[in-house]
Amino acid sequence: MHIPDGFLSTEVCAVTSVAAAGAIGYAAYRARDELDEKRVPLLGATAALVFALQMVNFPILGGTSGHLLGAALATVLLGPWLGIVVVSLVLGVQAVAFADGGIAVLGANVLNMAVLGALVTQALLDAAGTLRERTAGLLGVAAVASWASVMAAATATSVELALSGTIGLTTVLPSMLGVHTLIGVGEAAITVAVIATVLAARPDLVARRELGATA
Amino acid sequence: MRLGIVIGLLLVLAIGVGAAVSPFASSNPDGLERVAEDQGFAETGTLHAIQEDAPVPDYAFPGVTNERAATAVAGLAGTLGVFLIGVGLARVLRRREPVPTG
Repeated sequence: MHIPDGFLSTEVCAVTSVAAAGAIGYAAYRARDELDEKRVPLLGATAALVFALQMVNFPILGGTSGHLLGAALATVLLGPWLGIVVVSLVLGVQAVAFADGGIAVLGANVLNMAVLGALVTQALLDAAGTLRERTAGLLGVAAVASWASVMAAATATSVELALSGTIGLTTVLPSMLGVHTLIGVGEAAITVAVIATVLAARPDLVARRELGATA
Repeated sequence: MRLGIVIGLLLVLAIGVGAAVSPFASSNPDGLERVAEDQGFAETGTLHAIQEDAPVPDYAFPGVTNERAATAVAGLAGTLGVFLIGVGLARVLRRREPVPTG
């Protein structure tokens, strides 16, 4: 769902860049408290895995494909602030080194795919309460959060396109939500598979398992 | 399982996906590209000036003629690069100490 340059107006680029910079700044500030000995290499490995999985487009109906966004995965493993750092890092490298996603719109892409995804995931994890102390409950919440994070990104992208005058909201939003309904299912399947694997090996590496771990 | 082993296995998984699976990924347009094509605004997309010189444009490593091999090398380089940058960034963010008071 990487927006290329040219899709968004200068005004929308400016506002989303300021918002994304603020979010990354706050996430980096919170990261100091969340980064312990084991999360330093885990952050690197999670970022590498999100980058690699984003390269693998899976086919859905109608000659269309989708790929993982990774905010839900990173947030369940590392919490929302490190999750934002991880996905923003991946998006930055993709834009600069791989010409995937624009430069002027990088703030919008960070906002849509990293910040919103992490916040939506954390909100759902919080709402799940004690449900997430059980493996099945945590995986269930991770699945719902994965799907919701994709739909949130699709909604934000549609709103930004409409505000830019590129296309009308009533035209673009139903199409974006329609196609991403299926892509979100792929996001959920991949996220649950990775979380279940890490839970089996080292349950303590999954940050959002215990209540009160969000502070 | 020891932490180093788990991190190592996650990295091996990432490299496997990035280098061995990605060459076989679907080349169909993604959700946004599909909507942009269907609704006629795909052509408004441009490449930023600094992206003209992107080291690995479109995940095809320069100088590798075979398309799948070029993607594999790009995936390997990108996955390792992101891991190293991620660990470095995490170290910097962690090392930063609060300003001492008094």
